[in-house]
Amino acid sequence: MASKVIHAYYNDDDILMQAVKKVKAAKHHIEEVYCPFPVHGLDKAMGLAPTRIAITSFMYGCLGLIVSIVMMNYMMIQDWPQDIGGKPSFSYIENMPAFVPVMFEMTVFFAAHLMVITFYLRSRLWPFKKAENPNPRTTDDLFVMEIEVHGNEADLQSLLASTGAIEIKSIEKE
Amino acid sequence: MYTFSNRLKIGSIILMALGLLGLGVGFVSAPSTVEEAKAMVAAQDDGHGGGHGEEAAQTATADEAHHDDAHDEHVLHQLQNRPWSALYVAAFFFFMIALGVLAFYAVQRASQAGWSPLLFRVMEGITAYLVPGGIIVFVILVLSVLHMNHMFPWMDAEVVAHDELLQNKSGYLNPTFFLIRAAIFLGGWIFYREYSRKLSLAQDSADDNSNFVKNFRWSAGFLVFYLISESIMSWDWIMSVDPHWFSTLFGWYVFASMFVSGITVIAMVAIYLKSKGHLPDVNDNHIHDLAKFMFAFSIFWTYLWFGQFMLIWYANIPEEVTYFVTRIEDFKLAYFGMLALNFVFPLLLLMNSDYKRINWFVIMTGIVILCGHYLDVFNMIMPATVGDQWSIGIPEIGGVLFFAGLFIYWVFRALTKAPLQPTRNPYIEESRQFHY
Repeated sequence: MASKVIHAYYNDDDILMQAVKKVKAAKHHIEEVYCPFPVHGLDKAMGLAPTRIAITSFMYGCLGLIVSIVMMNYMMIQDWPQDIGGKPSFSYIENMPAFVPVMFEMTVFFAAHLMVITFYLRSRLWPFKKAENPNPRTTDDLFVMEIEVHGNEADLQSLLASTGAIEIKSIEKE
Repeated sequence: MYTFSNRLKIGSIILMALGLLGLGVGFVSAPSTVEEAKAMVAAQDDGHGGGHGEEAAQTATADEAHHDDAHDEHVLHQLQNRPWSALYVAAFFFFMIALGVLAFYAVQRASQAGWSPLLFRVMEGITAYLVPGGIIVFVILVLSVLHMNHMFPWMDAEVVAHDELLQNKSGYLNPTFFLIRAAIFLGGWIFYREYSRKLSLAQDSADDNSNFVKNFRWSAGFLVFYLISESIMSWDWIMSVDPHWFSTLFGWYVFASMFVSGITVIAMVAIYLKSKGHLPDVNDNHIHDLAKFMFAFSIFWTYLWFGQFMLIWYANIPEEVTYFVTRIEDFKLAYFGMLALNFVFPLLLLMNSDYKRINWFVIMTGIVILCGHYLDVFNMIMPATVGDQWSIGIPEIGGVLFFAGLFIYWVFRALTKAPLQPTRNPYIEESRQFHY
């Protein structure tokens, strides 16, 4: 289904922030903002829901901790106990201090890598994916705000012009 | 201007009075003869079921009887040390808070941080305690040198005469040089504190930034002095109660403890002042940043604690592991309880970003952290001075109450002496606008 959107181009993040606040105040729905770099506070200004990726990160960390405990218990205690430095590996708890660095690293490893993978999945990013940004210059020095057109297009165009947009384009999206 | 409310003042004086009473009871009830010490231990053993009785039954030969006498005298010294150690642990703990805040303040100055200038007066108020706190710790050290107690075994010429290790260390570890070092360190810290405070106040009425620049230079210089002197101080004042034992990262370990306690107290005092309607420009973002530091340095402390423990545990060298053997055998609850208070609680309570902004939540976590770090100092001193005769009773609680009262009294009195918000700090506007 085709929908009509307007692309407003900005060349400064402060002007963009002001524009986002103005457009939100006028009750327009901002579909997306493409930026060359993360703009501090933009998510709040756009009214996006807070991210839940921190919660997933915590759960992945717990998973990593459990995996490391099970792994070290299997490798060092059950499968092939060794006597290292006069400390025979017959009990997990008595050898635990030696495993703490592994437990720590696996916690960090799981939390970090699985969080990044979750982020890619959630943002629908994968290798060889075609870029979605409307203009390659949004990876360089331009900010683009994408707004859905529902009512009067001319009103929206003039509102955007008053916010300091350097260019406004009307686009049919399929 | 902040005025010291009467309720807080009376509260701090009551704390001091109660604490003095507790310490007094501790000193009066300490045994003065071997017989009294024996009677005290026996009375305790009755309650515990008499584990010592069986051991005593097995000692029959004359050689072991002599050993028993030595043991009895050792117990007497431990029991005599108890009120002194309670006094020293509490005195050092509150002094350490002020010193940790001073280091944090110097870091803010030297890094020219933009978020923190609103809190400078709070930090300067807390570091005012360096003067009375430092003098009290110094007096306790002088009294130890004068053989009023047996906390530092190497100060006893009789002990050193029979101990080759201590003889080898005596070039460094002797009473005169020990007190000279303590005086230099305390003098340096107090000088920086007073001078930086003077420059900080002068900056408010100046018409250029020369005071600010000067303060920046002195702070950077102070940090160099501090890192060296703090490390040596921790060997002298703490590690030397176990004069045979050494750990190369001990200075860092003590530093982590004082830094996190200091930051916690900054957050608590700032929240208290805010709740009374002062510091209007300090908002949740500043508290959030302090809570992040509390969280991060709690983990840093744990890292150093574990780093020290694991290497010694793994290498298993007798002269090194004795330190942990006494702690794990005689101080199990205090030693591992401290790990829960200093690591598990802050980790879980402050992990969530939103919780770092809830002021009462930061206060509650702060209380846990402070209890944990008191226990940390307790575990550094007590196993060497009191051994298995330790407990947390009237002298220990009295010590904490007395120094808490003195700390509150001195800090809040210092806070009344200048406006709580610097006016001409070049970064004050950035600090006001700071948001996470």
